[in-house]
Amino acid sequence: MPTIGVDKYKLFEALGKKFTTEEFDDLCFDYGIELDEDTENQERPVVNGVQEPPQLKIEIPANRYDMLCFEGIALNLNVFLGRIPPPKYRIVEPKSADEPTIVVKPETAQVRPLVAGAVLRGIKFDQDRYNSFIALQDKLHANLARNRTLVSIGTHDLDTVKGPFTYEAQPPRDISFRPLNQEKEMNAEELMSYYENDKHLGRFLHIIRDAPVYPVIYDANRVVCSLPPIINGDHSKITLNTTNIFIEITATDLTKLQIVTDMMVTMFSEYCTEQFTVEPVKIVSEHNNLTRVTPSLKPRVAQAEVDYMNSCTGLGESPEGLCKLLSKMAYHAKPSTSDKNLLDVEVPITRPDVLHQCDIMEDLAVCYGFNNLPRTAPSRSATVGGPLMVNKLSDIVRIEAAMAGWSEVMPLILCSHEENFEWLNRKDDGTKVIRLANPKTLEYQVVRTSLLPGLLKTIRENKGHSVPIKIFEVSDVGFKDESLERKAHNERHFAAAWCGRNSGFEVVHGLLDRVLSMLRTAFLTNEEGLHGKSIDYEVRENPGKPDGYWIEELNEDTFFAGHAASVYLRLGGKERRIGEFGILHPSVLEKFEIRYPVSTLEINLEVFL
Amino acid sequence: MTTASSVPTGDLTTQILQKLSQQSPIVTSEAFPSIPSKDVKAALDRLGSRSMITYETQTREEVVLEPEAEQIIEHGSHESRVFEALRQAVEGLSVQELQQAIGDKNVVSAGQKVGFKDKWIAKGKEGKLVATVDSIQDTTRAQLLEIRETRTAEPKQVSELKKRKLVKMQKVISFTVDKGPKFALEIEKEETDLTFEMLSSGSWKDTKFKPYNFNALGSEQHAGALHPLNKVRHEFRQIFFEMGFEEMPTNKFVETGFWNFDALFVPQQHPARDMQDTFYISDPKVADRPRAEVEGQDTQQYWNNVKEVHQDGKFGSTGYKYPWSADESLKLVLRTHTTSISTAMLYKLASRKGPDGRPPPARYFSIDRVFRNETVDATHLAEFHQVEGVIADYGLTLGGLMEFMEVFFTKMGITDLKFKPAYNPYTEPSMEIFSYHKGLGKLVEIGNSGMFRPEMLESMGLPKDMRVFGWGLSLERPTMIKYKISNIRELLGHKVDLNFIERNPAVRLEKE
Repeated sequence: MPTIGVDKYKLFEALGKKFTTEEFDDLCFDYGIELDEDTENQERPVVNGVQEPPQLKIEIPANRYDMLCFEGIALNLNVFLGRIPPPKYRIVEPKSADEPTIVVKPETAQVRPLVAGAVLRGIKFDQDRYNSFIALQDKLHANLARNRTLVSIGTHDLDTVKGPFTYEAQPPRDISFRPLNQEKEMNAEELMSYYENDKHLGRFLHIIRDAPVYPVIYDANRVVCSLPPIINGDHSKITLNTTNIFIEITATDLTKLQIVTDMMVTMFSEYCTEQFTVEPVKIVSEHNNLTRVTPSLKPRVAQAEVDYMNSCTGLGESPEGLCKLLSKMAYHAKPSTSDKNLLDVEVPITRPDVLHQCDIMEDLAVCYGFNNLPRTAPSRSATVGGPLMVNKLSDIVRIEAAMAGWSEVMPLILCSHEENFEWLNRKDDGTKVIRLANPKTLEYQVVRTSLLPGLLKTIRENKGHSVPIKIFEVSDVGFKDESLERKAHNERHFAAAWCGRNSGFEVVHGLLDRVLSMLRTAFLTNEEGLHGKSIDYEVRENPGKPDGYWIEELNEDTFFAGHAASVYLRLGGKERRIGEFGILHPSVLEKFEIRYPVSTLEINLEVFL
Repeated sequence: MTTASSVPTGDLTTQILQKLSQQSPIVTSEAFPSIPSKDVKAALDRLGSRSMITYETQTREEVVLEPEAEQIIEHGSHESRVFEALRQAVEGLSVQELQQAIGDKNVVSAGQKVGFKDKWIAKGKEGKLVATVDSIQDTTRAQLLEIRETRTAEPKQVSELKKRKLVKMQKVISFTVDKGPKFALEIEKEETDLTFEMLSSGSWKDTKFKPYNFNALGSEQHAGALHPLNKVRHEFRQIFFEMGFEEMPTNKFVETGFWNFDALFVPQQHPARDMQDTFYISDPKVADRPRAEVEGQDTQQYWNNVKEVHQDGKFGSTGYKYPWSADESLKLVLRTHTTSISTAMLYKLASRKGPDGRPPPARYFSIDRVFRNETVDATHLAEFHQVEGVIADYGLTLGGLMEFMEVFFTKMGITDLKFKPAYNPYTEPSMEIFSYHKGLGKLVEIGNSGMFRPEMLESMGLPKDMRVFGWGLSLERPTMIKYKISNIRELLGHKVDLNFIERNPAVRLEKE
C-alpha cells in the first residue's frame, strides 16, 4: 500500500477545518484510508534554514490511484464531507490553432507500442503544486505502472516545443539529445551506459536495453521530447513558470495507459485556467487501428440493482436515498427511468477500480459508515462442523507423544538443500524434492522431505538446555508428484529426536512402540516370513495375515552402523515401509553442530488414515 | 536435596555439637577454618531446622597470602636472598654465579633491583656484585608473617603488597553458633518420608519425621509439552467446531497460479504475484489445468470463465481488460494464503445440490502454514500460519459478517470490534477488523474480512444470490500479543527456546 505524505496544515486548510489528530484519524478510518503518522511532534529535517512543515503520512489502499497526491486526497475527502460536489471533468477544444497531434510510427510496435497525450492549459504552479505533480508521476510509475514497465509518463513545457509530434522507434545510436538536467548531448547508447549506475534511473534501463530500437518522441522540429520509459529531454522540461503542459504517456498495456492518462490530467486540471478542463491530443496510429483522441474523460455509466445494494448492506433505502448516499463517494447516480430496481450510476473517470456493482455497493457502505450498518444474524443455516481426518490423527499422536514426556516443536518447512540431504548423508535423486525458484536466502531452497532437519536445528539452537532433550513434531513434508494437477503432494509425518549423554536408541524405539500401540497396531515378532527389505516403500498385498508392525536392521548412512531399523507395517493386508529410527551417524551430528549422541524416529502417518 | 553431601555434613554436625558443648558460642571460621563455608552452612541448617542450634552469619574481608608470599615467608624476601648470597661470597659473584647460587632467575632480578635502589649491593671487581653492608632487615617477610597471623593489615600496606601480587582480599563468611532450645549431643534420627516398610511394620507410630520444607518447589516432573502456537491453534479449532465449521484439506503446500491467484480474481500484473513476494517453484515446473474432483465439475468452463472475467469482463464485471496468459496461470507457487484451498472448496460446493437442488449453505475453516518470500525480521518470517474461515449462504449481509466477527472474537476474549473499509482484490466489500488493545492503548488490526467478489463466485457456477463471507488472520500475531513476544522467531522455527515450550501455561483465550 502506498503511503503519501501531505502538508498537515495545507490539507486542513483545504478541508476547511483544523482537525485534531484523533478527529482526522477517525475520518480516515471511516473513509478507508489510514493515518500512519503525524510528524507534528517529531524532529523534522531543516532544509535551507527552514524546518519541514508537519506532515501527515496517509496509507492509501492499492486500488485508489486517485488518492496518490495531495490534490486527490483533499478532493475526495471534501466530497465525502459534503463540502463540494463531485467535479465534472470536461474536454475543451484546443485554444491554439495547431491542435497537438502525435503520429505513431509502426516500428514502435517492436518495443513499446502505445501512446496517449493531453494538454493542461494555463496551469498555475507553486512549489507545492510542482512537487506534488512530480511526486504523483513517481507514485504512478511505482505502483500501477509496475516500475514503468507497463506505462511511463513524460511531461513538457508546451511552449518550448511544436506539434505535430511523432512517436518513433529508432536504433539507439540514431537518437541523440541532451537528457533532463544534463549538460551534454549524448546518443541513446551512451545514455544507457551513462545511467548504468544511477540509483534512480538505473533500474529502468532493462526495460528497453536489449531492444533493437528504442522508443522516442520528437516534435515538429526534431527536438527529442523524451526517450520513454527512461528520461525526458532537457529542452522541454517544465519549471515553476510553465503554464501549458504537454503530457505524453507511452505504454505496453492499453488499459493501464488510459488509467494513468486519466489520473494525470484529472488530478491537476484543478489548477487550469478553466478548472477541471483538459485539452485532448489526437493520436494518429493507423498501423494498429488505434487512431483516436485522448483522453476521453467520459465517465462509464454502470447499473446497480437497488435490491442488491440494500440486501448486501442490510439497508432499506429508496432509490433516491441510495443516490444521495452515493454522492459522498463522488458518484452521480439517478434512478433508472426504465427499471425501478436499477440505478444509473456514473462511475467517476478517476475510479477505474470500480468493475462491478459490488464495488459501488462497498462504497455505499462506506458512505453510510461500516460501523453504522444494521447488524443481523450471521447466517440462517445450520451446518455441521468436523475436523479434517489427517489433523485428527495427528492430534492423537501429538497428545500421546506429549503424554510420554516429549516436547513438541514447530520448525520451518523450508530448508536448505544441504540440510535436507547432504548433512543427513542422503542423496537427492531428483525425483522427490520440491525446489524453489527465487528464494532470498540459502536457508530456503527446498520444501523439506523429512522432519529431521528441523528437529536437529532445534537441538542445535538449544545448547543451553539440560540433556536429555526429547522433542517431536507432527507435520507435513512435501514431495514432487507428476501425476497430480499441482505436481506435488504433502505427507503427514511424525518424527522425534532424543539428545542426551547416551544414545537414547531404546527410548525412541519405545516411543515408536507406544505411539503405534495407541494406534491399535500390534508388534509382530517371531512370525515367519517377516521380510521387509524386498518391499521397502512399495505397497505389497499380503492378505490373510494379521495387521501389525515389525522392524528390521537398516543400513543407511544417516545412521550409526548396526543401530538403525526400518519400520514396516501391515495394515488391511497391505505391507509397506513407513519409516525408520536409529542412532544418528556422528558425521551427521558434526554437520548440525551437536556434541551429544542423538537418536531419531520418523514415520509416515497417512497410512493410518 | 542431594544425598551425596550428607556423609561429610553428618560428621560435621556431630563436631559442631561437640564443640558447642565445650564452649558456647563458637565462631565457625575459628573452630573449623579448613571447611568450606557452604558445607558449614548445610550442617548448620540441618541442626537449625531441628532447633538444636541458632546461628548468625557474618561476612568480612580478610587479607590472604598469595603463593609467592608463602614462598617468601619460607625462604626470605628476594632481596634478602640476594643479599645473603652475596654476603657469603667474599669475592662477590657474577650475575651468572648468583643465579646458580639462588636457582631462580626472577628472585635474582627482583632482589638485585631492590639492592641497588637501597644501595647495599654494588658492582665490584671484574663486574662482580658485592654486598656493601653487613646486614639488612627483611621487612617484607616480617610484614607477611604478621598478616598470616592476623589476616589484617594497614590499607596502605595492603595496597602495596597487592601491587606486588603478594596478597589478595577475600570475602569470608563465618557463623556465630549458639545452643538452641533442643540442643543435644546427637541428632535424633528423623525420617524424611513415610514408606511402605513403615506402614507394614507399624514403625511409623514411633518415628520422628523431619519437618517438610514448605519454601521449596516440589520435584521436577519431566513432563512433555505441546507447542504454545499449537495450543492456541487448538483453541481456534474448538471455536470453529463450536460454530459448525468443517475443516478444509489444506495439506497442499504447492499451488498453481490458477488457484492461488487467477481463480481469486487477482490480476496477473498484481504486485503480490511478483518474484519479490511469492515463492515460485523451479522443480516441478508446470502445473496442469484444473481437474474435476467431484462429479458435475466442468473445469473447462471454469477455466474459460476465469480467463474471460479477467480479460474481457463477465458476470456483470468489466474485468481488468488485459491479455490473460495461461502460462502464468500454470506456474507453480508455494501457496501465499490458504484462500486457494477455500476457492477449491467453494468450486466443489458449486456442484453440490441441497434439498432444493441448489448448493447448500456451508461453513469451512482451516489453520495452516502459508509462505511469503519476505525478508526475515522480528515480525516477518517466510512462513506463518493463516487462520481462515468461510461462510457461504443465501442473502448474507455485511451486518451479518460484523455480527459473526463479534461472536467469533468474543470467544477469544476480544470485544468491541471496529470495522474499517479496506481493499483486497478478491473481496468486495473488504473490512479490516480492529480491536482496542488496552496494553498498547490503541486500536490494533486483528484480522481481515470481506465478501468474496461475484466475479470469483459466479465463475465457479455458484448462484448469484449465494454470498460468501471470508476472513483471515495470522495465528502468530494474536499469540505474540497474548504472550508479549516481540520476535516471531521466538515463537515459530528452530530458534525457539525449548524452556519456553516446556513452561508455557495452558491457553485459555477467553480469559484475560
